[in-house]
Amino acid sequence: MKADPAGVLTGTHYLDGDFACGEGAMAAGCRFVAGYPITPSTEVVERIARRFPRMGGIFIQMEDELASMAAVIGASWTGTKSMTVTSGPGFSLMMENIGLAAMMETPCVVVNVQRGGPSTGLPTMVGQADMMQARWGSHGDYAVIAISPCSPQEAFNFTIDAFNLSEIYRVPVLVMMDECVGHMTEKVIIPPAEAIDVVPRRLTAKPPGEFLPYRRNGNSVPEFARAGDGYRFHTTGLTHDERGYPVMSAECQDRCVRGIVDKIRLNADKIVRYEEEEIEGAEVVVVTYGITARVARMGVDMARQHGIKVGVLRLVVVWPFPEKRIRELASKIRAFVVPEINYGQIVLEVERCAAGKAAAIPVSHMGGGVHDPNDIFRAISEAAK
Amino acid sequence: MSTILEEDSVTIEEHPISPFIRTDRMPHIWCPTCGIGTVVKCYATALAQSGIDLDKVSIVSGIGCTGRVAGYMKLDGFHATHGRAVPFATGLKLGRPELLVTVFSGDGDLVGIGGNHFIHAARRNMDLLVILVNNFIYGMTGGQNAATTPLTAKSSTMPFGNFERPFNLPHLAACCGATYVARWTSLHIRRMTKSFKEAIQRKGFRFIEVITPCATLYARLNKLGSGLDLMRFYHDNAEIRHGADTRELDIEFQDKIICGKFIDEERPTFLDMMHEHYGKTLGDKYVPMPPEGGWIHE
Repeated sequence: MKADPAGVLTGTHYLDGDFACGEGAMAAGCRFVAGYPITPSTEVVERIARRFPRMGGIFIQMEDELASMAAVIGASWTGTKSMTVTSGPGFSLMMENIGLAAMMETPCVVVNVQRGGPSTGLPTMVGQADMMQARWGSHGDYAVIAISPCSPQEAFNFTIDAFNLSEIYRVPVLVMMDECVGHMTEKVIIPPAEAIDVVPRRLTAKPPGEFLPYRRNGNSVPEFARAGDGYRFHTTGLTHDERGYPVMSAECQDRCVRGIVDKIRLNADKIVRYEEEEIEGAEVVVVTYGITARVARMGVDMARQHGIKVGVLRLVVVWPFPEKRIRELASKIRAFVVPEINYGQIVLEVERCAAGKAAAIPVSHMGGGVHDPNDIFRAISEAAK
Repeated sequence: MSTILEEDSVTIEEHPISPFIRTDRMPHIWCPTCGIGTVVKCYATALAQSGIDLDKVSIVSGIGCTGRVAGYMKLDGFHATHGRAVPFATGLKLGRPELLVTVFSGDGDLVGIGGNHFIHAARRNMDLLVILVNNFIYGMTGGQNAATTPLTAKSSTMPFGNFERPFNLPHLAACCGATYVARWTSLHIRRMTKSFKEAIQRKGFRFIEVITPCATLYARLNKLGSGLDLMRFYHDNAEIRHGADTRELDIEFQDKIICGKFIDEERPTFLDMMHEHYGKTLGDKYVPMPPEGGWIHE
């Protein structure tokens, strides 16, 4: 369906990434946000708190991030699209209930405007070191989707995409921004509502007696019933059968875990999204995401001026990871160069998929700033030798 | 002396609260003589008597023995993470304001790990009915010390007796802004049911504590006898004092238990305050969340 015009601020704006992300959420139909203040993400909810009362939305500032994430799941079970926003330390606290959202198969969006870590780290300065936490941070086996914008325009667009993916797959979708994108101000074009596609919460057509909240066929996503519609269903964070009832057995565990992981893993081809540039004939491919994708551009240009054939693969959806594509490229190229504002996270995934057929070279920046493009250029030159 | 009856000589009647129970999940996990089942029965009876539309009732539990209630009652039931039943319920209520949202959980869940959420929901006067079953201990994990274990009582992690001062829960709830505060024991079936019924009809943060010490672990560790002995103890030591000063409701080890309704007042809820304030400051521009929620559809 098309977006509800009440949430769409159509026009050409000059916005920072945080504000643009908030506008994306409202355009996507988000009408419940719970959050706890944390730099550098707070502007997202400040924007929403100002605009929500005019469109039937509720923002509540909770007592902490544990509560924020729990409230988001509760609200989502009413069919109201819901989101929370945070940065590293709050993201750690949310892990508990991100696991619950994955287990209960609750559509929701979590925005992480990454700053330098670990611990309190660099509250006002950039980092990209929560990428592995995004994938593995909660205990047990589960799957999520993570998307990484590199500009305020993308913060707007990708937040809408995040909501749509969360509805399609009934999964928490993580918008992995970073402080640079969050605080960078650029032109953002918000199209008219009728030009924005949104996926509404699809409710089961089955009557209450026939509905089973966790019945799935193969890798399909179960049908949804919302609280208050007479279904009187049960949902739990315990291992459960298709009725949603807890069953403590290895067999049920097997079905339950495979169900929540495989709906993402086996549909990865439909979810994976990346952009490529000059990959044909490249000796070296730079794999990058977020703000680093923009910084890497200068290093890539310098390398090309020196005659090196270098391509770029920019991850839009980071999780699920484009395993197949990296595997294909690995047999054609000499090396991947992976600049990240962390001590090497996504490079590990590249290395795993390259499986020794091509080198995976990290270019690490510990955070607090972006890379010096010369460092990326040097890594590309070394890799091409 | 017991007599064994032939099956065809017995008329099987439906239990009066079985329409409220997921009978396909029976038997439940609770120990013989545990009081949780009694509290569930009283709540179900109160729902039936209140005549409320059960399709619009949601129940949220956290983790623990009482945390299983959301899974046994035939309502929209949510079994959330440990300690987070109250914020989960907050989201449910705000996402669809027409719902009656009941939080049904234990002391460890609601005021141990979940204490911060509890005080803030009371402060906001969030429109939630909170039923707390206080068993004085962490029951499901094996009788560890709780924020409610009476001084000197033994627990598996305080083998020489508890030396931490426990919470006085009605006082905590009242201080933080709860608009309805009561305490009963699982012996007070009639009064507890009446209290639940009353609370279902009120608005705001309503808190009812039901004392039912763990008959398996607390009673065994403290040599208090059987579940029946605990009932006798409530009978002899519970004192009903409506409107008592909540400062005087501490529970000492094997001492009297003051029960009753302590607070029953009307104050605007979070949603009332929000509607009024935005109505005043934004005027016609204010669009409230519809009672049926923010579900956007074609």
